Amino acid sequence: MIQERYLNALVLFGLIAVPLYAMATEELFTITLATRAVILALAAVGLNLALGLGGLVSFGHATFFGIGGYTMGVLAYHAQTYTALDLGLFTIEGTKSMPIIWLVAIILSSLVAVVIGMLSLRTSGVYFIMITLAFGQMFFFFTISWAAYGGEDGLSIYVRNGFPGLNTLVPIQFYGICFVILCAVLFLNARLAKSPFGLALNAARQTPMRTQTVGLDPTRLKLVAFVISGAITGLAGALFADLNRFVSPTMFSWQFSGEIMLFIILGGVGRLFGPVIGAVIFVTLEHFLGEITDFWHIYLGVILVIIVLFARGGIVGLLSGRGGGHD
Amino acid sequence: MTDLVLETRGITKSFGALKASDSIDFDLRPGEIHAIIGPNGAGKSTLIKQISGELRPDAGQVFLAGTDVTQQTTRARARAGLGRTFQISELAMEDTVLQNAVLGALGASGSVWRFLKPVLSDAELVTRAEEALDRVGLLDARNQRTAELSHGQRRQLEVAVALTLRPKVFVMDEPMAGLGAEGSLTMTRFLDGLRSEAPILLVEHDMDAVFALADRISVLVYGRLIATGTVDEIRSNAEVREAYLGEDA
Repeated sequence: MIQERYLNALVLFGLIAVPLYAMATEELFTITLATRAVILALAAVGLNLALGLGGLVSFGHATFFGIGGYTMGVLAYHAQTYTALDLGLFTIEGTKSMPIIWLVAIILSSLVAVVIGMLSLRTSGVYFIMITLAFGQMFFFFTISWAAYGGEDGLSIYVRNGFPGLNTLVPIQFYGICFVILCAVLFLNARLAKSPFGLALNAARQTPMRTQTVGLDPTRLKLVAFVISGAITGLAGALFADLNRFVSPTMFSWQFSGEIMLFIILGGVGRLFGPVIGAVIFVTLEHFLGEITDFWHIYLGVILVIIVLFARGGIVGLLSGRGGGHD
Repeated sequence: MTDLVLETRGITKSFGALKASDSIDFDLRPGEIHAIIGPNGAGKSTLIKQISGELRPDAGQVFLAGTDVTQQTTRARARAGLGRTFQISELAMEDTVLQNAVLGALGASGSVWRFLKPVLSDAELVTRAEEALDRVGLLDARNQRTAELSHGQRRQLEVAVALTLRPKVFVMDEPMAGLGAEGSLTMTRFLDGLRSEAPILLVEHDMDAVFALADRISVLVYGRLIATGTVDEIRSNAEVREAYLGEDA
C-alpha cells in the first residue's frame, strides 16, 4: 500500500522520465505515445470533474473533445489557405497560434456545455446519459455532412500550430506543452475539489436535498461543474487535433465518450490522478497488445471487469488502500 | 397575528384518492415548541415537506415570518430562515463531520462561487461550523467521516447543520428517531434550551419527549388536525385518546 500522493508523484515522475529517456535514445514514437496519453488524460480529467465530483455520468463528452478539435481545424485551415472565416455578420482571419486556438476552444466548449448542461440537467440517471449521448451524436453527424471542412474525410492541417518561443514540431517540445497544461489543470482541479464550490458540489452529488435545505442550488452547482468539465475536455480536443494535425468526425464519436469514461473507471472515479493513470494504461495496452492482436480490446474488457468487480476505487484505490469509491 | 413565525392556512394536499393534508391551519409562535403528533401515515411528513418547500400544496398558503412563501423553493425558504432536519439523515456520508457543518455555514453566509481557496481555510465558516458542532457535542468527532458515525451522532449532526444556518425557525422531523433512552434525554435537554433562540416545529413519536418539551401539541389524524392545545388539554382530550394516545396515556 502506498499513499495516494506518493502514487501521484510516481506517475508525474514517469511522465517526465519516460519521454526524456525516449528523447535521449531517439525513440520519437515513444514521445508521441506519451503525448497521446497526456492529452487523453487531460480529456478524462475534464470528465472526472463532472463524473467524480458532480456525479454526472456524461456519455457525451466527445462533444467537447470534437469542438476543441474542430476549433483548431477550422482556424488553422483558414490560416493555411489564407481565406477568411465567414461568420455571417463579420469575417475573421484563421490563426496558427496555439494560445488563441486554446482560448477559442475553451470558450466554444463552455458555451456548448452551458446549453447541453441546462437541457440535460433537467433529467437524471439513465436519461441524463442518453441525452448527453444524443448531443454527441448530433455533432458527429453534423460534421460528417459538413463538406466545407472535409465532411466524413476530416481535415488535414499541414504544419503544427505554433507556440511563442517553442518549435512545436519537435516532439519533446510539444509534449512539454501538453504536460505542463495537464499539470496546471490537475493543480486547479485539486484546489477546486477543496474549495467552497468543491464542497458544495460534493454535497450536491451525495445529498441534493440537504444542499437545498442549506440554501444552495444543486442544479446550478452541477451546471457550473459541467461547463468547467466541458472546457477542459475541449482544450484537450484542440491539443489532440494538433498532435495528429488532423481532425475528423470520429473525435465526436460515442466510442470516445466511452473511452474516457473507461480511463476514469480504470484509474479511480473521483481520484485526482485516476484519469491520468487510466489513460496511460490504456495507451500502453493499445500499443503493446495492439501489436500482438487486433482484438486487444478483449483483454482491456477483462481488466475492466476485474476492476469493476473487485476494485471499485480503481487502480488508485487498489494501490493506495483507500478503497470504496462511489457510483 | 403578524408576529407568528410560521403559519399554514388551509394547506391541502392529495395523492390520488388519499388526502394527506386536509385544510390544515397550523401556527408557531415566538419562543415555543409546537409538536405535531399522530399515528403513522397521518400526514406529518407531508405537512413538513409543504412547509419546507419540498412539496407544493394543492391549496392553501404557507407563511414564514408573515411572508407568503407558498410559491418559493426549498432553497429560498432556507435563506429566509427555515432550518430543517430530516427524519432519515440527509448528510454527505463521504465527507467529514466538519465538512457537513461547514456546508451549512457556507449555504447561510458564504459565497459558494469560490473555486481556488480551500473552504476549510475560511476561518469564519469553520468557526461557525465548530460552534454548532460544539453545541451538539460533536466537536471531538469533527474529523471523522460521517459514514463512520453512530446513528445517534448522525442525528446530532443533522441538528448541528441546521444550527449553522442560525434559522428563525426550526422544523424538525423526528430528531429523536432511533436514539436510545439516554440519547433522547440529551436531545430533549438540548431542544429545551434551543426554543429561546428560535421556535421549533417538532414532529416526534417519542411521547416522553413531546410531553416534556411541547408548549402546544397538535394532533394529526388522516390528514386532519383534530386538536391543538397545551399538553394537559391534549392528554385529557377524549377524541385524541381514542384516535391516538390509547387508554394508558
